[in-house]
Amino acid sequence: MAVQQRDVIIIGGGPAGLAAAVELYKKGIKNLLIIERERSLGGILRQCIHDGFGLTRFQQTLSGPEYAQRFIDEVEELEIPYITNATVIDITCNKTVRAVSPKGILEYRAKAVVLTMGCRERTRGAISIPGTRPSGIYTAGVAQSYINLNNKMVGKEVVILGSGDIGMIMARRLTLEGAKVKAVFEIQPYPSGLPRNIEQCLNDYGIPLCLNHTITQIKGTSRLEGVTVARVDEQRKVIPGTEKDYSCDTLILSVGLIPENELSLAAGIDLDGRTKGAVVDENGQTNVKGIFAAGNVLQVHDLVDFVSTEAERMADAAARYVSCNSLEACGLNVRTDGNIVYTVPQKISGKKDFVLSLRVKKPMRNCEIRISQNGEVKKTVKMKKALPASMIQVPLRKEALSDRADLEVAVTC
Amino acid sequence: MLKEYTCILCPNGCEIKVQTEDEKVITIDGASCSKGEEYVRQELTDPQRNIASSVLVENGELPLASVRLDRMIPKDKIFDVMEEIKRVKLKAPVRAGQVAIRNVLNSGSSVIVTKNVKAI
Repeated sequence: MAVQQRDVIIIGGGPAGLAAAVELYKKGIKNLLIIERERSLGGILRQCIHDGFGLTRFQQTLSGPEYAQRFIDEVEELEIPYITNATVIDITCNKTVRAVSPKGILEYRAKAVVLTMGCRERTRGAISIPGTRPSGIYTAGVAQSYINLNNKMVGKEVVILGSGDIGMIMARRLTLEGAKVKAVFEIQPYPSGLPRNIEQCLNDYGIPLCLNHTITQIKGTSRLEGVTVARVDEQRKVIPGTEKDYSCDTLILSVGLIPENELSLAAGIDLDGRTKGAVVDENGQTNVKGIFAAGNVLQVHDLVDFVSTEAERMADAAARYVSCNSLEACGLNVRTDGNIVYTVPQKISGKKDFVLSLRVKKPMRNCEIRISQNGEVKKTVKMKKALPASMIQVPLRKEALSDRADLEVAVTC
Repeated sequence: MLKEYTCILCPNGCEIKVQTEDEKVITIDGASCSKGEEYVRQELTDPQRNIASSVLVENGELPLASVRLDRMIPKDKIFDVMEEIKRVKLKAPVRAGQVAIRNVLNSGSSVIVTKNVKAI
């Protein structure tokens, strides 16, 4: 098949890809294409049928499919080209994109490539739980897809490991569908999901959340029969003698999300070991010129509203790149103190407004985020509470910044 | 009496403390918006929730269409409403916004479809 030329190829038609496509089109970049591997657009939102999406962006609470549909409708109205059932298998640093589809292998050459592939769930293998390998063990998102997309109930007696938001949302969903959810166990001393989900998904249904606990054994031959749970100490080591058995036919894992960056690595893109996403500058541009990233492939978000705005900001820069064939250099690093897990972006110019995203390592109260250059404080943000579950976003104005010194970000109590 | 609530209306999850005396509210503290106060007053008298589920779709490209309530219902009616939702079967095509059950169990709330499902 002949190689097709496009100004921008967008990889993934979930919330980030959709928002980027609409924004690029509005900025005058119309020769673009969204490539989606599923049979319809919308990404993970298709299976997130609970409400709570869109509060920031639309000032109302929508379900995931409704939130996605607003963007899909815009894509359809603007007649933005997209293909579904097509999986990108290869991106090169000179921006050739190859995909497989029922029509065969498709090949495109683009001026810019936008990475919006989202993230994947960590699995049992990633956290090495000992025991047998029976059926009945699912990641939360897989269980969600069985129930909400395929009308298949996953089990009757359920234990959940990990207090991520999807795990808690599945605890409620499974309870509504008649399953008995016995407990949610979390190895950390604090929950990894949002407080509102602890309240409305667990407390409302009398499901206990046990912090400082993990699963030490999985039992069952063909189907899961039970798990052994134990307390852990401050070093997350199992405390002998605290083991307790729970019978269950289903184990749901909600133990973290990892940005899906196999394609990025093959294109020579540098990843940040902390975010597992690309290292980007304030334009959302990676170390490979003309390749941009936004959404959960860049950093795992707590709210889809932030995914959409991050993708739009990135798309504005990608549109400028397509017009000018380059963007201003971003030579300054963003450095963090020990209370911060990571920041995005990791590089800035000091000459442009941008939004700094970050997460804290542990829950903190009455703290202050301090952003400085060369020891001079540029901005402070006071916070009543800062939780690892919530992404913090700090807008910074170019007037406040210097283009001569690295940015230092600290959180102090 | 001092009670503590986590507001569920937005991701901020404000921790709200409410002081009551003989079931009358004396002080509400910790809400960063007026909705938080309203939430706590509602929780004290008649806690309400929204729920999301799915209904069966006949002849559709998907077996299910997702649904939610267009307004909250009393918390203790959740499982009764779930039973009603489980009985519904729609014929494709189904459009988001379509009413699946009007005024479910006389709650004043309707079950509405949240996903388009094309016919096959």
